[in-house]
Amino acid sequence: MALDQDTLDLLLTTVHRFVRERLVPNEAEVSENDAVPPEIVAEMRELGLFGLSIPTEFGGLGLSMVEEVRVVQELGWTSPAFRSVFGTNVGIGSQGIVIDGTDAQKAYYLPKLASGELIASFALTEPEAGSDAGSLRTSARLDGDHYVLNGTKRFITNAPHAGIFTLMARTNADEPGARGISAFIVERDAAGLSVGKWDKKMGQQGAHTADVVLENCRVPAAAIIGGVPDMGFKTAMKVLDRGRLHLSAVAVGMAERLIDECVRYASERRQFGKAIGEFQLVQAMLADSRTEAYAGRTMVMDAATRFDAGEAIATEAACCKLYCSEMVGRVADRAVQIFGGAGYMAEYPIERFYRDVRLLRIYEGTSQIQQLVIARNMLRDAQSKN
Amino acid sequence: MKVLVPVKRVIDYNVKIRVKADNTGVETANVKMSMNPFDEISVEEAIRMKEAGTVEEIIVVSMGVQQCQETIRTALAMGADRGIHVKSDEDLEPLAVAKLLKAIVDKESPELVILGKQAIDDDSNQTGQMLAALLGWSQGTFVSKIELGDGSAKVTREVDSGLETIEVDLPTIVTVDLRLNEPRYASLPNIMKAKKKPIDEVAPADLGIDTAPRLQTLKVEEPPVRQAGVMVDSVAALVDKLKNEARVI
Ligand SMILES: Cc1cc2nc3c(=O)[nH]c(=O)nc-3n(C[C@H](O)[C@H](O)[C@H](O)COP(=O)(O)OP(=O)(O)OC[C@H]3O[C@@H](n4cnc5c(N)ncnc54)[C@H](O)[C@@H]3O)c2cc1C
Repeated sequence: MALDQDTLDLLLTTVHRFVRERLVPNEAEVSENDAVPPEIVAEMRELGLFGLSIPTEFGGLGLSMVEEVRVVQELGWTSPAFRSVFGTNVGIGSQGIVIDGTDAQKAYYLPKLASGELIASFALTEPEAGSDAGSLRTSARLDGDHYVLNGTKRFITNAPHAGIFTLMARTNADEPGARGISAFIVERDAAGLSVGKWDKKMGQQGAHTADVVLENCRVPAAAIIGGVPDMGFKTAMKVLDRGRLHLSAVAVGMAERLIDECVRYASERRQFGKAIGEFQLVQAMLADSRTEAYAGRTMVMDAATRFDAGEAIATEAACCKLYCSEMVGRVADRAVQIFGGAGYMAEYPIERFYRDVRLLRIYEGTSQIQQLVIARNMLRDAQSKN
Repeated sequence: MKVLVPVKRVIDYNVKIRVKADNTGVETANVKMSMNPFDEISVEEAIRMKEAGTVEEIIVVSMGVQQCQETIRTALAMGADRGIHVKSDEDLEPLAVAKLLKAIVDKESPELVILGKQAIDDDSNQTGQMLAALLGWSQGTFVSKIELGDGSAKVTREVDSGLETIEVDLPTIVTVDLRLNEPRYASLPNIMKAKKKPIDEVAPADLGIDTAPRLQTLKVEEPPVRQAGVMVDSVAALVDKLKNEARVI
């Protein structure tokens, strides 16, 4: 159910304020310590951020896609490490259960995910299966009323903190492609599951990824999302559609923050007797960034509106992810340029954002994969018209 | 116990205030408005009392234009129980507000009214005191600590010379200072639930109060722009200037 305007405004104002008063002042510390302070995590829980996309009957906010992207654009104003704390509960970790879970799975897990009591991760990628996720090798062999899982998952966001994993494994050994895959809900304390050491990353310090290793890990057959085997890849792709809009909104929010920093700096920094913002070559960078961020904001809103109206938006979601993640890369690059030497120094947030935004072009489908998805859909649609 | 918390809709504290070109007031068109920060502290204190079990019901009241309902809604989202909106498109002066509040107190019979010590728009610092006088109640102003007792309350006041602790009989009026507490953010689920909490709308006439202004604003001006400073090259030069130019030492 869509929120009325007053309620949505109050919700956005609250998030806006929380971001500026509680998160922005802690950005540098989070990056320095590679950890979000527990009291901030507790405040995010109190605020209800873990439940943004979980239906109200399970204790979440049940936001529509338009509402979700507007909240996420607000959150984009600060370090993405904060968003990561609850990001997998809102997106890839929980949505499989929301979209395709059985009633029992929803009733058991969703309230805990909405409150933030439980963290969910999404485990698709493997050492040998990244962009070609359909070729994944983690095996799930039926043994009585259990499956026995073996394999390794790589670069799994929030794995060190997760209580459950939405984990893709091959239930049909005779089917090497996407059709033989099932999505499992695997509990952190399942015997045979271990989490590797935290990866050292280029940016987004405070958000953590690690390997998830399965060695004869036994999970009940009832842990398959939706209860039916071999449907997992479809579930994963549905999750990623929504996730792509979510990430596009993050990119737009981050671009707007960068632009704000640039405008302030360009007004204050003086060279040749003038504020550098008075030089037309600097103005061109500001104008390009603003234009592209606006285009991004608009396309995300359009795609989200269509999603809420029930349209199939796989192509549009890929367009948004491709454009917005590349766009924020350009905006961050210009920001470094406008800041000059100061943009290269860790003392200013620009250097950190520059590294942080780089990830957006890689995970949940690289830019090249988005291009492939878009073009493949275009050609398929053209064919079906003939 | 029932607590009444008046909340005022003011220009947001982050907004740079601009004086209208004709000097009749400040620009409010298309300006972000929010709850007076002192009133957020009042609401927070009432909620903490409710959480501690000493208060059963929190009623918030706001007076003014239709959009005051947003301010009431914010308080409801923080945890207040119901709202009263005294709708008026007139400018309401502190005395009019105090009279309207008295009428509401007469109807609702709270044992405690918690107000901000002042509103950040016109900084009058009058409403609470006037309300206490009109009701003939005790009052504790500029309060940084409240301990509710049986039939009385111990309050700590921030006064020029330090902290003063007094005991007031209930029912009482308290006006709060900045250090009383740190207001919470309304949680997102509570924001969604706030829509279901009731807000009664009344007109000043329904309460039998005449709100006609008694004050006339002659002119509103920007504060004078600060003069640029000068750099002095030695302590001696500074002392000389302070002595002979500024004549402050
Ligand atoms: C910080 C971080 C967090 C992550 N979190 C998660 C998570 O929570 N869960 C999860 O499952 N995964 C996660 N991932 C994994 C991420 O989704 C993958 O890294 C991503 O899909 C790319 O896979 P890859 O790294 O194996 O690169 P590869 O697939 O090896 O790609 C390498 C390059 O080849 C290009 N390429 C590959 N195939 C083609 C093609 N057909 N045509 C053209 N170019 C191609 C790619 O675009 C890329 O440029 C995370 C990754 C990072 C870095």
